[in-house]
Amino acid sequence: MTDEVRVPINADSDVVSARRQGRTLAEPLGFSSSELTFIATAISEVARNIVRYAGQGTILLRCVREGDKRGLLIVACDHGPGIADVVQAMQDGYSTSDSLGMGLPGARRLMDAFDIVSEVGKGTRVSMRKWAR
Amino acid sequence: MQVPILKQGGYLIASIQDALTDDDLAHLQTALVRQVRQFRSRGVIIDVTALDVMDSFASRTLRHIAYMTRLLGAQTVIVGIQPDIAFSMVQLGLTLEGIETALDLEEGLMCLARQGRYNRDR
Repeated sequence: MTDEVRVPINADSDVVSARRQGRTLAEPLGFSSSELTFIATAISEVARNIVRYAGQGTILLRCVREGDKRGLLIVACDHGPGIADVVQAMQDGYSTSDSLGMGLPGARRLMDAFDIVSEVGKGTRVSMRKWAR
Repeated sequence: MQVPILKQGGYLIASIQDALTDDDLAHLQTALVRQVRQFRSRGVIIDVTALDVMDSFASRTLRHIAYMTRLLGAQTVIVGIQPDIAFSMVQLGLTLEGIETALDLEEGLMCLARQGRYNRDR
C-alpha cells in the first residue's frame, strides 16, 4: 500500500487533484466523513495559495503513525516570493490578493496541527497534520 | 468541467456535477450573470450537491454570483449543501451571509416561488 504521495502543483486543476488524492489516502486511516472533508478543504486552501502566489510547488501527503494514533501529514512547499509577515497572513480576513483572506487561518482551524515557515525570496512551507479519532 | 445551466420558465438552474476548479467557478459566474440578463430570469438555483469541498474561493464565488444576480433583479438560492460541507464551512468561518439556501432543488424552487409571490403582492 502506498502511504505517501507527492503531488506537483502547477495549475488550477492540480488543486482539485491534490485534495482528491489527500482524501483517497486518508480514507483507510479511520477518519469520519466530516474529517475527510476537512482534510480535502485544507489541502485545497494551501494548494490554491501555491498556484496563486508561487505559480508552482508540491504537496506531500503522507500517512503517519504515533503510538496507536494514525493520521495524515500534509506538507505544501513552494519556492515563491514568500510571506513577509506570517503573523499577519494568519489573521482572518487578511489577504494580499483578491481572495477572502480565509485560506491559511481557515486551514489551521480544520487541522489538528499547523505550522508555517516562510522566507521572503525563498519560499513557503506549510505543514499540517490531522489525527483520526 | 463546465457546469450545465438549464432554463426552466423564469428560472436558471445550474447543477454542479463534479469537483470544480477555480476557473470552472469563474466561468459559472460569468455564464450565469450573462444568462440572467439574456433570458430576463427572476431566479437562479445553484445545486452544489456534488461539490467535494466548499473552500474560501468556492464560497466567495457563490456569494458574488448571488450579489451580482440580485443587482440584475434575480434571486439566487444555493441548494444541496451536504452536512459534511456545512460542518467544514462553519469551521472555516464561511457563512454565506445574506444568501438564500435550501435543502435541495425542490425546496429551492419553492423558495423562489414564494419570493415571486411576495414581490407580486407587494
